[in-house]
Amino acid sequence: MLEIVFYILSAITLGTAFLTVVSKNAIHSAIYLVICFFALAGHYLLFNSQFLAIVHIIVYAGAIMVLLLFTLMLMNLDNDDETKKPLFAKLAAVFSAGILGLVLIAALRKAQPENIEYVNSGVDYQSIKVLGKVLLNEYQVPFEFASILLLVSMIGAVLISKKEEKI
Amino acid sequence: MDSVFIIEKSIIIVAVFALTMLMAMYSTWAERKVAAFLQDRVGPNRAGWGGLLQPLADGAKLFTKEEFFPNTPNKFLFILGPAIAMSTALITSAVIPWGDQIEVFGRKVALQATDIDVSILYIFGVLSIGVYGIMIGAWASNNKYSLMSAVRASSQMISYEVAMGLAMISILMMSGSLSLKDITVMQANDGWNIFYQPLAFLIFLICSFAETNRTPFDLAECESELIGGYHTEYSSMKMGFYLFAEYANMFISSTILAVVFLGGYHFPGMAWVNENWGINIGALLGFLTLFAKICFFIFFYMWVRWTIPRFRYDQLMHLGWKILIPLAVINIIITGIVMVLFN
Amino acid sequence: MSIQQISLSGRKMQVSNKEMSFLERIYVWTILKGLWTTLKHLFKRKVTIKYPEEVREMSKVARLQHMLMRDDQGRERCTACGLCALSCPAEAITMKAAERKPEEKNLYREEKYAEIYEINMLRCIFCGLCEEACPKEAIYLTTSKKIVASGYKRESFIYGKDKLVMPLDMAIKNTQSNTIQ
Repeated sequence: MLEIVFYILSAITLGTAFLTVVSKNAIHSAIYLVICFFALAGHYLLFNSQFLAIVHIIVYAGAIMVLLLFTLMLMNLDNDDETKKPLFAKLAAVFSAGILGLVLIAALRKAQPENIEYVNSGVDYQSIKVLGKVLLNEYQVPFEFASILLLVSMIGAVLISKKEEKI
Repeated sequence: MDSVFIIEKSIIIVAVFALTMLMAMYSTWAERKVAAFLQDRVGPNRAGWGGLLQPLADGAKLFTKEEFFPNTPNKFLFILGPAIAMSTALITSAVIPWGDQIEVFGRKVALQATDIDVSILYIFGVLSIGVYGIMIGAWASNNKYSLMSAVRASSQMISYEVAMGLAMISILMMSGSLSLKDITVMQANDGWNIFYQPLAFLIFLICSFAETNRTPFDLAECESELIGGYHTEYSSMKMGFYLFAEYANMFISSTILAVVFLGGYHFPGMAWVNENWGINIGALLGFLTLFAKICFFIFFYMWVRWTIPRFRYDQLMHLGWKILIPLAVINIIITGIVMVLFN
Repeated sequence: MSIQQISLSGRKMQVSNKEMSFLERIYVWTILKGLWTTLKHLFKRKVTIKYPEEVREMSKVARLQHMLMRDDQGRERCTACGLCALSCPAEAITMKAAERKPEEKNLYREEKYAEIYEINMLRCIFCGLCEEACPKEAIYLTTSKKIVASGYKRESFIYGKDKLVMPLDMAIKNTQSNTIQ
């Protein structure tokens, strides 16, 4: 039962991810990306991590993609506006994508499935209570770093928007 | 998973679904009736007693209207828009506790479709994807007014979601759980949240007005500037879905307000009733209590609609970002200090 | 009294741009006051008149549908002079005159009578000028409170003599009551 769900979800994820890249219309690819995010959230749910799934939906599908769609809708994305990319840029793109693929293949070739025994520690790591404690005790430093990063970007955004007033 | 469990949950889900639809239907009637009464009129009173069959007549009208498609290359997205709006409006009710347990054939049944650990986050998630219904439909309409309305609606919803989440955090700090059931139980034990967190209640109330696109924040469909707003190009039942989704959203957000701040199904003397009259009657009374609270909030939505005029767009953003969010943050800090001092 | 001080509604207020107090600036209290105002309207008497069941009471001086009068002997008074049509500001009246035959002496009072007399009720504004203009006291607006019936055809609003002339039995009754006095 779960396996079937997994295969369906994987098919949706990969299919929509592929369509995101392929489709010509920017809005369509954004919508495919949203569906892809939902399928990914489904994968998280298969791992029984509700928190991660829902936060993934809120942050990616609910906020980031809405803002992205927002900008896409306001832009005039007609085909004649598209500038011709030089041949060199195209070649460079193909080359870098090829290198990335090479690295991935090399990494996957070396990777071997590790057979670890899963031990039941008795702690439900999906419960937000435990998750919060772990985040704010063991991983407090990275957590704070992440918040500082967000704060800095927020201040930066405010600064950019105030630029014309000469502070 | 035994079959009884599945049957039990299916019954609850169908009942909740039917209740949401029914409430949305009669909200349209109530809206017109309340609007009329506040303006010293009588409102619809021809179809059925007191106009009670009016929603059915409206539905029949919408179904039989001509289905119109604008000249758009995105016919599929045009249909998808109202579908998303409707489904997101309906799936929120899954996590709401409609009452305490009841006992059927010696089996305790919780009056809730599902009690997940992250109920509140789930609600916020569904709320945040509710924007897609408006955005996609409006963009596919191929109409500048629709697009403008979608831009307004989505930026408004995103901005007010932040303040809403921050206001909610102070409640979560007190309850220590994201489950709506736990929050209700906590309120039953310690008293309703509105008495402890009046500021959070106010912020949450204002934000839920903005989230449901109701006056005074109905800039997305302000007729004087944007014709019909995002549903300008829609007709027949597709437009009906948009309107219906708005009322369903109103019902759901009233429910959340009632559950989170007014103690949900809790009423004074619930423990006594449970002890002396049995838990079935207690649960029934609890459900009726919750229903009364919800109806009050729905009435409040309509009441405010005919009291406060529409905000201007910059006023809206000013209120959201510069007043409500700082207030919510201050509220969190105060809650934290009080909790540390008195616990 | 200067025009600035006149208040027809009695609720005139001077607008001022004075600084709002703190209570007014946080709006919550003022909004509550507004809510109280609207709430009071919820319980006010409704002004709607539910038409088919309730009918708006007409003024005592209301004069509606026209009537072409008959005299004591039941003869039509109208002589088709056309003064009513001439005086009508809405140009609603039209008529066609005809000569009275000797055997019709008991039908029409004058030697000339209106063969066709039509009032277009879509145009009529019930001003009563026809009544004033009539030299023969033949046309009157009545207190019958008859309102022009709705219809789907334009023709149904053009009232001919069949609808306008006073019914005979009414004329007989009038004559009887007059002679008794």
